[in-house]
Amino acid sequence: MGFYVAQLLTGLANASSLFLIACGLSIIFGVTRIVNFAHGSFYMVGAYLAYSIVALFPGSILGFWGGVIAAALIVGLLGLVVEMTILRRIYRAPELFQLVATFGVVLIIQDMAQAIWGAEDKLGPRAPGLSSAVRIMGEPIPEYDLALILIGPAVLAGIWLLFHRTRWGVLVRAATQDREMVGALGVNQAWLFSATFVLGAALAGLGGAIQIPRESVNLQMDLSVIGDAFVVVVIGGMGSVSGAFVAAVLISVLNAFAVLVYPQISIVLPFVVMAVVLIVRPYGLFGKEGSGHGAPTEPEQPLRLMSSRATLVLMALVFALAASPLVASDFASILLVDLMVATLFAVSLHFMMGLGGMVSFGHAAYFGVGAYGAAMAVSYLGLPMIPAMIVGPLAAAVAALFFGWFCVRLSGVYLAMLTLAAAQILWGVTFQSQEYTGGDDGIVGIWPASWATSDQAYFYVAFALCIGGIWFLRRVAHSPFGYGLRGVRDSDVRAEAIGMDVKFHQWMGFALAGTMAGLAGVVFAFSKGSVFPDVLGIGQSVDGLVMVLLGGIHALAGPILGAGVFVLIEDWVSRLDYWRFIFGMIILGVVLLAPDGVAGGVDRLMRALGLRREGQT
Amino acid sequence: MKPMRRKILGALAALPMLGMIPAAAQAQEKIVIGEINSYTALPAFTEPYKKGWTLAMEEINAAGGVNGAMLEIISRDDTGDPSTAIRIAEEMISRDEAVMLFGGFLSNIGLALADFAKQKQVFFLASEPLSDALVWSKGNRYTYRLRPSTHMQAAMLAEQAAKLDKKKWATVAPNYAYGKDAVAAFKSELTKLQPDVEWVAEQWPPLFKIDAGSTVRALERSKPDAIYNVTFGGDLAKFVRQGSLRFLFEDRPVVSLLSGEPEYLDPLGDEAPEGWIVTGYPSMDIDTPEHEEFGAAYMERWGEAPKTGSIVGYNSVLSIKAALEKAGSTDTEAMLAAMEGLEVPSSPTGPFYYRAADHQATMGAYVGTTALVDGKPKMVDWFYADGANYLPSEEEAAKMRPAE
Repeated sequence: MGFYVAQLLTGLANASSLFLIACGLSIIFGVTRIVNFAHGSFYMVGAYLAYSIVALFPGSILGFWGGVIAAALIVGLLGLVVEMTILRRIYRAPELFQLVATFGVVLIIQDMAQAIWGAEDKLGPRAPGLSSAVRIMGEPIPEYDLALILIGPAVLAGIWLLFHRTRWGVLVRAATQDREMVGALGVNQAWLFSATFVLGAALAGLGGAIQIPRESVNLQMDLSVIGDAFVVVVIGGMGSVSGAFVAAVLISVLNAFAVLVYPQISIVLPFVVMAVVLIVRPYGLFGKEGSGHGAPTEPEQPLRLMSSRATLVLMALVFALAASPLVASDFASILLVDLMVATLFAVSLHFMMGLGGMVSFGHAAYFGVGAYGAAMAVSYLGLPMIPAMIVGPLAAAVAALFFGWFCVRLSGVYLAMLTLAAAQILWGVTFQSQEYTGGDDGIVGIWPASWATSDQAYFYVAFALCIGGIWFLRRVAHSPFGYGLRGVRDSDVRAEAIGMDVKFHQWMGFALAGTMAGLAGVVFAFSKGSVFPDVLGIGQSVDGLVMVLLGGIHALAGPILGAGVFVLIEDWVSRLDYWRFIFGMIILGVVLLAPDGVAGGVDRLMRALGLRREGQT
Repeated sequence: MKPMRRKILGALAALPMLGMIPAAAQAQEKIVIGEINSYTALPAFTEPYKKGWTLAMEEINAAGGVNGAMLEIISRDDTGDPSTAIRIAEEMISRDEAVMLFGGFLSNIGLALADFAKQKQVFFLASEPLSDALVWSKGNRYTYRLRPSTHMQAAMLAEQAAKLDKKKWATVAPNYAYGKDAVAAFKSELTKLQPDVEWVAEQWPPLFKIDAGSTVRALERSKPDAIYNVTFGGDLAKFVRQGSLRFLFEDRPVVSLLSGEPEYLDPLGDEAPEGWIVTGYPSMDIDTPEHEEFGAAYMERWGEAPKTGSIVGYNSVLSIKAALEKAGSTDTEAMLAAMEGLEVPSSPTGPFYYRAADHQATMGAYVGTTALVDGKPKMVDWFYADGANYLPSEEEAAKMRPAE
């Protein structure tokens, strides 16, 4: 009995840490609708700051807790800087665009933290006065765990009081429900948003600072926590702080007991819980309908076919690309293959997000299934390259049909998070099934057939598949099916009223996008000769997302430009020292100069120069 | 949108020219070597490593280079992603005309580069990846490995563990290939030495996301006589802290892989566990003349004591130098022939050679116990375990490799 009580207490202590990390994210999203990737970075900075400040007062109880609070306040200040210099300028940008800016912030903070605190892990002191364990029912329980179990609910109560007993809190709650209306009533939104962002950032900093007696402070903290934080927020319902608390308890306690039975489960447990919760309750445990959407943005311009002159120019460019291996070096061909793979991946994601209105945080799932499908066809079935290239997209199609069926029943960020859960579960299974997928040692030896081994020959294989895929998706966008998909995106009620099967349209759109991502994955696998679970990972999904958003979600050319900019800049910049800082700065620069993405920026530039008439896409 | 695209293509078309400029400007003869590692993803290990190979390169060039040519090492960050590593490798081979590649820390990147080396017929010296598969189940004729592998280090610990004469063992390892290999190797080696050993629990926390409290509780519940630990980095710190808070290590010996490496031991500070049996690197305590010379040079160049990564980086370049001298050219086939049984007669860790049968170097590791000396964690009572003694015989090893 004592053993289980102790395990429960351990779970509850973890729940408090998790809640502290996640609640700020939930508050920020609730009011500003910003999906803040930099939340993990705030958490990491909080931990580092607390480590440095507490070290000034060794052994002092006041010094410890004062240091923790000071760290949280400084991180709040950092949040203010980020909000005022960057995010405030792009609130009017298309939904989720701010995510790109926060991605830039993540990169910058990673390099700055390494420059300031060095590469070696830091181990903070134990909390003075709470440095040992007490026996409860004969089992040792660390005192600090008990303190955490109290701190979590105390912070929850504090937030509740702030939201229910202060005017500011009432405004925040009002803005969470309807920020247009709050603005119409004369509340200064800019001020409200800044204050909310500061509060959220400070809570993240507090979450990090309070961890230092439990774990070492290191440079991997930011990314290791961000996934779990999102999961907690989504399970609880976006914007619901008490929901986040319940979700944190649910996940942590489940994990504490699950490791007793099946130790390997930890790797996917949060995502499995999230998937189950979202399937049963589409808005999370305490979320309200519509809580997963941003403000309604301006309806998009309808897509128009290109003029015949523009078509000729495009054709010329494609021919130039086709002829490039004849003049360029081998390495240029290799880089162009990577570029084409990234472009097809981004175009397929854009097909889903831009045309279908279904945001995906887990598009890498289908890219990865395509790559693994082809790799396993080669290594287990012994298929040659061409048949394996057919197996890959088919496998991706099956996976997309399966997961898509669940996903299209949701909308907004909840849909996005269910796609992420699907991707993470696939990643976990791939990672774990060492005997079939090679685990994280991956599958190697997936090289092109002998006639296609030269860099030039493979370039043409990739060219045919990727440009073909992009052309196909473009055709579909202009087909009746594409019109239907956009109609469903713009108004599902009206689409349904004229007799369209809304869910079926979305499902098919999802599956098509997944299949094409799978095709990109196949080309990728043969160009690299190996596949590893990273291809299914969050990093790959985020890269695609950043490409699409950076390029401009409202234009068909957006993902093409986004992928081009992203791949080429990264390839160039990663040769430099502190390249993450530079890359992050470039991303922020693009974001601020072109809040409608590269495509939008180029479009405005051309109009300003008088090179293009209104209404052309 | 279209002018933008044209600009991109224009920039692309200009890319190959970038490579031509430095080549034309060079006067003295040089040997270009490509080096790839996870500099941003794992700086704690790769920074000392870079300092190590830089020092070796500078010393060699100051002494006149190799075969009359200067060594030039182009180093790139693989961002922790195997596909990026492959792209960089392609660029190094096709544009920079690197004669060979070395580096790698993560096992998956090591395996990807090894397979790339096989496909493109380039010599690759895997410096740091520990994976057994690299030289055994997925070995190939173009790939050699320097650092003592997971199996070797686990075998060194199993030998010490058998002397403890404990019956019930629990294991804790990060849930990925390295952790699994390390547990499997330790289990099989210890069972050979002590057939009555019982395995009462195993825990597999996700890498860098250990729920240390729950893991410690779950281990405690099985009441093991001794514990074998494979966690490292941030996971190790959490595990040590939660374990000592909850008395997991009271009267229970712990055998722990790599935990004596300064990269992992130093951050634990005065909370470092005492009496753990570990593999690692006692750094400045090593008093062989070769190591003292290396240690002093390293201190002078970088102002800090060398770490495990430093020694791996340093020995990598020593190996490359030996191979180039023996081959007498930079031709891949000549270098591969030179690598078979290549002896590195003098290195800071002592002499070692590359086994012809499985391409594994016999460079060893240091085995000792952890202790706090003046409040700082250290390895004490250590000895150098020569890698050759912890490898299967060359015939057995050759059988584990795929047919060429």
